[in-house]
Amino acid sequence: MAISSRQRSRTRRRAVTASATPPQAGAAGGSKSAGRGTRSVIEFRDVSKLYAGDVGLEHASFSIGRGEFVFLVGATGSGKSTVMRLLIKELEPTGGHIRVAGHDLTDIGRKKVPYFRRNVGVVFQDFKLLPNRTVYDNVAYALKVTGGTRKEIRAKVPDVLRLTGLSTKLHNLPTQLSGGEQQRVSIARAFVNHPPLLLADEPTGNLDPDTSIDIMRLLYRINRTGTTVVVATHDQAMVDKMRRRVLELSRGRIVRDEAAGRYTRDETTRDLAKRLRAPSTPPPGVE
Amino acid sequence: MRIGFFLREAVRATRRSSASSFAALATVLVTMLMLGVFIPIVQATNGAANTVRSRVEVDVYFKANATKADEARVRHKIDQVQHVKRVKFVSKQQALSQQEKTDPAAYRLLGTNPLPDTFQVIPTNPQYVLSIRSALMPNGSPGAFDSSVQTVSNKKTDTKKILQVTNLVTITAAILTVLLVLASVLLIANTIRLSLYSRRREVEVMKLVGATDWFIRWPFVIEGIVVGAAGAALALVVLGVTKVFVLDPLASSWTLISTPKTISFIALIGVLMGAGVLVSAVGSGLSLRRFLRV
Repeated sequence: MAISSRQRSRTRRRAVTASATPPQAGAAGGSKSAGRGTRSVIEFRDVSKLYAGDVGLEHASFSIGRGEFVFLVGATGSGKSTVMRLLIKELEPTGGHIRVAGHDLTDIGRKKVPYFRRNVGVVFQDFKLLPNRTVYDNVAYALKVTGGTRKEIRAKVPDVLRLTGLSTKLHNLPTQLSGGEQQRVSIARAFVNHPPLLLADEPTGNLDPDTSIDIMRLLYRINRTGTTVVVATHDQAMVDKMRRRVLELSRGRIVRDEAAGRYTRDETTRDLAKRLRAPSTPPPGVE
Repeated sequence: MRIGFFLREAVRATRRSSASSFAALATVLVTMLMLGVFIPIVQATNGAANTVRSRVEVDVYFKANATKADEARVRHKIDQVQHVKRVKFVSKQQALSQQEKTDPAAYRLLGTNPLPDTFQVIPTNPQYVLSIRSALMPNGSPGAFDSSVQTVSNKKTDTKKILQVTNLVTITAAILTVLLVLASVLLIANTIRLSLYSRRREVEVMKLVGATDWFIRWPFVIEGIVVGAAGAALALVVLGVTKVFVLDPLASSWTLISTPKTISFIALIGVLMGAGVLVSAVGSGLSLRRFLRV
């Protein structure tokens, strides 16, 4: 069952790859795919965000297609977190339009926001786990508070914990886990509903390089099931090695949007990990 | 499943912030005790005032040396007065035995009977009390009506005094209750605020994974209501014990307590539980509005 869904999503991802790349053309992609509505999962059109006079984001336009794996890089205060928070409608843009999974965020009323958020998984640097609940309960909690039935919980939680490699830690408390394991729990919680979009804000910020690679590998594995993954980070070395699409922000402006090096979309997670662990050699295609 | 989830979360939170929960519970308990005591007391005093008011009559007190002939003459005169419905004679012996019932010891001490013979003049309609009174006291002196009459009084002055006392009791009770209700609301609000603070991570996670606003709010509202209802229930236990072991034995031996008609205990349970739940819901709502912008 898991295999069949993976195959299905892979074919869908290929279809997207064929039509929606190169990424720079994505902004215009809406008109291109008139028949099926927009294909991009995320679309920013001239989005600005001002914080009491300070610029958080300035006239940002980009689009991210279904099944893409995108890095959002930039120095602290460059607007990475603003983009993330705009995407889950925690913030309202000062100007411009944001579309996520076919919804214009300005059209989503206050009462509909929770239902919208169920389509977006979010992972943070500080994990945001509940310290007095076990791994299993932490993940089940996400289903419980969104009205999941007991049957659903019993079916989905062990599944996602197997995917994230936590099957042996079900009954541990977060404090009994390493940082990497805690981040896995947080990813499991974000992914348990199988949202079409997964956002990760500095997911490896607190982790050592080796553990970071494991987390990236996990995110890539999730990406290969068809989920669009957006990772905000300032781990430049990791970004270079991963060779995925990179959006760079500086002082609220998008200053770079390109695929860092050529990357093979059908690389297995094992190959990816092997490549990431390899001694740092300048990847081909980067000066 | 959802109700169970809310209840579990609420109880979990109550246990975790037991100090502030206890403070709120104690305040609610005191408030509800006050309400439970004052509702019957105010009702009883009001009832007493009303019985006095309903007995509107003019009393004609004779001088101690008045004879039967004097009394017959006065009775005849009173019958001539307009709007008189009935004249009732109360002899000094009758009056004494009536008064002795209220305070036997004091009257036994007296030895002699200080009470005069009395005519209770009942008007056809309470509104004629004053006109009858003035008819029985021409020129403002009772002696002008008949030389054997000592005083003429209506119950107006008595009624006034009783009403003053009743009003004082009612106002005091109302002020105390309002203050205590206010304290309860604020303490419940504080409890919920602390609970919100200690669970801000959970709230954050709930928001993040897409829990609806009311799904996030319910556990806190229920937590407040659990505290309030527990306070009210404890107050009811205290009141119930007092009623069964103190008031009921007294009432059976002392007639005065049983006479005024007051709220039944079942109704009191309803009122106090309702008030307790309302107070805590308002308290929770206050904190949720201010501190939980979901």
